[in-house]
Amino acid sequence: MSFNSKRIGKDTLLRNVIILLSVLACVPLFLILGNVFVKGIGQFSLDFFTQTPPDTLSAKIALNNKEQIPGGIANGIVGTLMTVVIASIIAIPLGLLCGIWLSEFRERKSAGVIRFIVELLQGMPSIIIGIIAYLWIVVPTRTYSAFAGAISLAIMMLPMIIRSTEESLRMLPHELKEAGLALGGSLYTVTFKVLIPTAFGGIMTGILLAISRVIGETAPLMLTALGASAIQWNPMKPSSTISLLIWEFYNDPNLQSLIWSASLLLLILVLLLNLIAKQIAKQWKI
Amino acid sequence: MEDIILKLKNVSVSYTPEKRAVDDITADIYKNKITAIMGPSGCGKSTLLRSINLMHGLYSNITIDGTIELNGKNILLENPIEVRRKIGMVFQRPNPFPTMSIYDNVLAGDLLTGNKKSKSEKDEIVERCLTNVGLWDEVKDSIRKRGTFLSGGQQQRLCIARALALQPDVLLMDEPTSALDPIASGKIEDLMSDLKEKVSIIIVTHNMGQAARISDYSMFMYLGKLIEYDTTEKMFTNPIDKRTEEYLTGKFG
Amino acid sequence: MVKKLKQHMHNKKFNIVLYCAIAIIPILFGGVIASLTKGSLPAFREFGFFQFIVSTDWDVTEGHESYGALPFIIGTVATSLIALLLCVPFALPVSLFVGEYFRDTKIANTLGGLIDLLAGIPSIVYGLWGFYILRPILMSLGISENGFGIPTASIILTIMIIPYAASLSTEFIRLVPQEMKEAAYGLGATQAEVVKHVVLPYCSSGIFSSYILALGRALGETMAVTMLIGNTNKIPQSLFDTGNSMAASIANQFGEADGLKLSSIIAIGLLLFLVTSIINYIGRLIIKRSSL
Repeated sequence: MSFNSKRIGKDTLLRNVIILLSVLACVPLFLILGNVFVKGIGQFSLDFFTQTPPDTLSAKIALNNKEQIPGGIANGIVGTLMTVVIASIIAIPLGLLCGIWLSEFRERKSAGVIRFIVELLQGMPSIIIGIIAYLWIVVPTRTYSAFAGAISLAIMMLPMIIRSTEESLRMLPHELKEAGLALGGSLYTVTFKVLIPTAFGGIMTGILLAISRVIGETAPLMLTALGASAIQWNPMKPSSTISLLIWEFYNDPNLQSLIWSASLLLLILVLLLNLIAKQIAKQWKI
Repeated sequence: MEDIILKLKNVSVSYTPEKRAVDDITADIYKNKITAIMGPSGCGKSTLLRSINLMHGLYSNITIDGTIELNGKNILLENPIEVRRKIGMVFQRPNPFPTMSIYDNVLAGDLLTGNKKSKSEKDEIVERCLTNVGLWDEVKDSIRKRGTFLSGGQQQRLCIARALALQPDVLLMDEPTSALDPIASGKIEDLMSDLKEKVSIIIVTHNMGQAARISDYSMFMYLGKLIEYDTTEKMFTNPIDKRTEEYLTGKFG
Repeated sequence: MVKKLKQHMHNKKFNIVLYCAIAIIPILFGGVIASLTKGSLPAFREFGFFQFIVSTDWDVTEGHESYGALPFIIGTVATSLIALLLCVPFALPVSLFVGEYFRDTKIANTLGGLIDLLAGIPSIVYGLWGFYILRPILMSLGISENGFGIPTASIILTIMIIPYAASLSTEFIRLVPQEMKEAAYGLGATQAEVVKHVVLPYCSSGIFSSYILALGRALGETMAVTMLIGNTNKIPQSLFDTGNSMAASIANQFGEADGLKLSSIIAIGLLLFLVTSIINYIGRLIIKRSSL
């Protein structure tokens, strides 16, 4: 029956094409990871993590002598740490509470509206959030600051944490909450002693993914944290971050190798966060 | 002596290497008769039914042994897409394709496989099949509407029409009325008695009354094995095996 | 009695805290719109709303400053639409691979994990890779003279939105009921025929909305585009020309801007916000409609 063999042929062809294109889609991942690793691993050293970047002259001299350029990205590491930690302190509790509200009052019409606004907030380009943080924090305080940067990151993290919290709580069987209430617990105790711990896996995954999303952000920080050449721990002053440093290095041809090592560090951080998030999601499956 | 349409020989089906869901079943299915497969939950009746139209091939963890012969050829060795045109299936929950009209649903067998037919051929098939399931008068004015607007019973009759449009030799029905109300179920049972003149029917059912009402032959399965297989009349009035009797009198199941 | 009262007070306090928290969301959103609008008003008042949108000026000289958003709008739309078109032949196979052909197998999980990693790479790293690796390739292929421009930016954008489009549409493909597919197989269809006639039609609106949302993502991308599009404040003469995008222009020019220029940049930000919000709205609306 050649009619059928034609159909079977088409079936096999489609299957193979799908496999091929799917594999091709992964190729850029390996190219990028490979390039960044190869170009960046050389610069990794203790200095890299503890020193600030060199000025362009010292770098040029080192390059001319075929030496590794001195210095590191310590100011960026400190800045990234500061902004992400402050952003998390703001976004995690707020996101949790909003997620709890949405899960608790989900049948209400207002819940639908709020959910919709959260989705729109999630779709907001990061540069716009940078403008907002600039207008709301930098202008009134008359200074660029790590804090302003943290606010922009927090606004980016918030929708992700809200959605993952709400969805994790939603997936819990409603008998769980009823059992807690039946034992005389209040909404507060049932939520924090029963529901959140049970949904911990999903919530934690959402938080880790939100952090991995903002840890590499550059655009909003250009308008808020601005950058700093020294290590500094004052959140109300301008600060660098790993991503901002990469942007600075990009504009200086002598600091090229630092670009790749800084990028490698960022990729490692993102990769670690993703892997931990996936592990937690696997282990906490209800 | 009745004509045999399907021969099951030492059929075994396993989901895991240690345990057989269907254990070494041998039986002859008779042509133009309704054969009911009964048994308690988990006895393997659905698994056996679904192996007859090679549905197990969709799942890589299922292994099958033995032979199933249709008109002398072992269908386990043939290409599923050919076998399934000769052995049709109706499922437990009515499932007309939601993106197709009633008209297209009946013709889905040809639409899906790219079998081109002329408009007059198509019209003829649709009217014939819907008439055969008693649906033509009810839907002929809304034939281009989506199938999902029909009631549960009508949807199931549409699914039967869809299966019949391919003119199969055997029609497999997996608890076809368990999701329907009693009136709709009754209509389908009447329909099956009419249909057996054109097609041999094998029905899995957990409703003993249904089996008693419409089937000519009955199989009783328990823990994957075929315990008893006889004419319905004999099995219900004078079962040989004690377990059959206990099942039929409601002691378990 | 006291314990019950305490619990009641606890509950009341907790409820108040919850309501205060959720109130922040609409306030935040309203604040964003208000601030962007307030910041753009000087520019719109000076140039007129529609004039600003269609003007191609970008004159910074004091005395006769004139700004317009058209080149940036065109750059944004061109790169994003090209990226959307180019991502389909990769994102759709991936979503069929993970959601249908190898569903729930180890290999699908691995592939899905790899694609997720692609999504995690920061925008600036994409930009770097595009600058140092992709540019020379495009230059040697003769597609672009200096490697900058719409082609380079579009290709990077394509790679960036593939994971987003793929993971969203995978979810919809997985929603197709097993019984629906079995009914089609039961009629003797091959897998290709089941995919073509049952799976894809069933989740067509879901898949469509996934790509709309991916488009929204592409429209707002900043760093990678800034580094590759060429940053020329004019309308691109061809698809191979350099140009600029709304997000990139904001990133580049915000630093030293003040007065009317700052207001114009914020105005571009408002326009970008409106465009991405509308696209996201349409995408979510289609999802809501289709699940009914």
